[in-house]
Amino acid sequence: MAKELIRLSGCNVAFDGDIILDNINLCVKDKEFLTLLGPSGCGKTTTLRIIGGFLKPDSGDVYFDKVRINDVPPHKRLVNTIFQKYALFTHLNVFENVAFGLRLARTQNKKIDKHEISRRVFEMLDLVSLKGFEKRDVASLSGGQQQRVAIARALVNKPKVLLLDEPLGALDMRLRKDMQNELKQIRQAMGITFIYVTHDQEEALAMSDSVVVMEGGVIQQVGTPEDIYNEPSNAFVADFIGESNIVDGIMRSDGVVEIFGRKFKCLDGGFDPLEPVDVVIRPEDIDIVSSGKGKLTGTVTGVTFRGVMYDIIVDFHGFKWLIQTTDLCPVGTEIGIQIDPDGIHIMKKSRFSGMYGDYSSYSAEYDDIGDAELEHETDDKDSITRNA
Amino acid sequence: MKPKYLAIPYIVWMGIFVAAPVLIVVFYAFTTADGGLTLSNISEMGRFLPIFVRSFELAFVSTIICIVIGYPVAYILSREGARVQRLIIMLIMLPMWMNFLLRTYAWMSILENTGLLNSLLTALGLPALQIINTPSAVVIGMVYNFLPFMILPIYSVIVKIDKSLYEAAQDLGADTVSVFRKVVFPISLPGVLSGVMMVFVPAVSTFVISQLLGGGMVMMLGDLIDMQFLGSAYNPRLGSAIALVMMIIVILFMYVMNRFGEGEEKAVGL
Repeated sequence: MAKELIRLSGCNVAFDGDIILDNINLCVKDKEFLTLLGPSGCGKTTTLRIIGGFLKPDSGDVYFDKVRINDVPPHKRLVNTIFQKYALFTHLNVFENVAFGLRLARTQNKKIDKHEISRRVFEMLDLVSLKGFEKRDVASLSGGQQQRVAIARALVNKPKVLLLDEPLGALDMRLRKDMQNELKQIRQAMGITFIYVTHDQEEALAMSDSVVVMEGGVIQQVGTPEDIYNEPSNAFVADFIGESNIVDGIMRSDGVVEIFGRKFKCLDGGFDPLEPVDVVIRPEDIDIVSSGKGKLTGTVTGVTFRGVMYDIIVDFHGFKWLIQTTDLCPVGTEIGIQIDPDGIHIMKKSRFSGMYGDYSSYSAEYDDIGDAELEHETDDKDSITRNA
Repeated sequence: MKPKYLAIPYIVWMGIFVAAPVLIVVFYAFTTADGGLTLSNISEMGRFLPIFVRSFELAFVSTIICIVIGYPVAYILSREGARVQRLIIMLIMLPMWMNFLLRTYAWMSILENTGLLNSLLTALGLPALQIINTPSAVVIGMVYNFLPFMILPIYSVIVKIDKSLYEAAQDLGADTVSVFRKVVFPISLPGVLSGVMMVFVPAVSTFVISQLLGGGMVMMLGDLIDMQFLGSAYNPRLGSAIALVMMIIVILFMYVMNRFGEGEEKAVGL
């Protein structure tokens, strides 16, 4: 697991004066499940395309097994890709789609014989549970089945690395969850490296060994899913991964932070005395106590039932927090809150400070609409680099 | 509710100007001047066998040349930027906006024995060519006139091929040649097929081109039919029979082509 397989070193990409990637340094280890996570337009797909060989960085180097591969064309790389919209060959049936790479037989400069091709294609169709579909026309398959054909078509070539560009983006929620599990199993069975691009933070946390959070063409944080969730490096990461209340604080001393004029114990240290910081408090880490007993007192201004818990919005001194609780607190109730030291995470101020973590305008619907628009807008940006 | 009644004017139009004339042609082909049924018009067809053969031969050659010239143009064009594509498409269609007769007259003056081409050859010290009034001149004229009808359908299929298919093929180990051979070409076949329809069919029945550039030496089916209706050999019943036989051959040809292309049709559906 420790061996380095792919390394990007100082990669920059600009298009029409827009910086798409800004000095990307990234190391992918052998047999690792690495996820590039970020909102659309953050540069994650561009990074994947550099690894696949479809895009050359303006500057910087790409290494595969310590060999520089900047000038190696895609068809000579030991990498296969699952494309966003599958890119299946509609003029070929399922069998021929999967056999496509084998018929080209690039790895050994000789033809793979017929029986070997059909043996390996059937083996793959079996792996992705598409036995009996080999004669079918790909256009007649459902989205999930087309996805499986795409997986089989990529894996049949026994790549060292599989690149997955938002592979589950077009599937509905339930199918997504099933395919997530299936992809994990497939990876275990094949024992190869996966580099996975998604904007879905839940998917990234559930599947990856390590997560690379990107925004604005810059890597914001690299770490295990636990690291990323528990120790976000800045307000962007904290907000993008899960729900967070992000408030201004002042470090009083190591282990003591002041929020809204009250001192809280925390586990972080190493800041200058009186340094202004961003404080992240996850909604599930806040304990509700009766008003007057808590460190802070606020008024409930909104309640949304979520099944396992309630999302409540609480107004503290005009700043609205999201708290997740199993206790019903009706709108208008005054409540107090306590936060354990391990529920408080301190971050240095960054360019993202003040942009995220306030729930003043919170509503579930608003969130969804906002996301969809964002995705649309930036998809275009991605496709610009694709055509470049 | 679908406003189906909006189609009525077109259906009426089709009835009067397409269905009825076809029926009239069939009626004429099988009747004598006094209204009796006859097969003699059809049985006379043997006489015209050389003209049938020549028409289909020249149409076939023109179609092949159109594919050979048109396909690369369509393919290269589809890979250019959007602005270049628009410009070139306009240039390809530009001659079609010029009067058809004028364009053919222009070719006469190019191909004539003392025309532009031969003057150029002589100036370069090369022997002059006898092109006008030969089948070659007719083929040149047909290729020139029908080439856009080959380029455009091929282009419109190739340009619609999802760019990610090129990348997927490369990703799976295909170099540029294999990408073309295994992905672009098979997917573009329906475009070639409709190009063939749009070139071959009018080429078989062309008559102005063969008259002007063939100088009466290269008679084609269109000229033959023309003669039966408007020319010296006035005989509309025979003309109808020739038109009918030609139509049947063309329909058979199209049917065979369609069967051949059926497997590819689905690719267009994308």
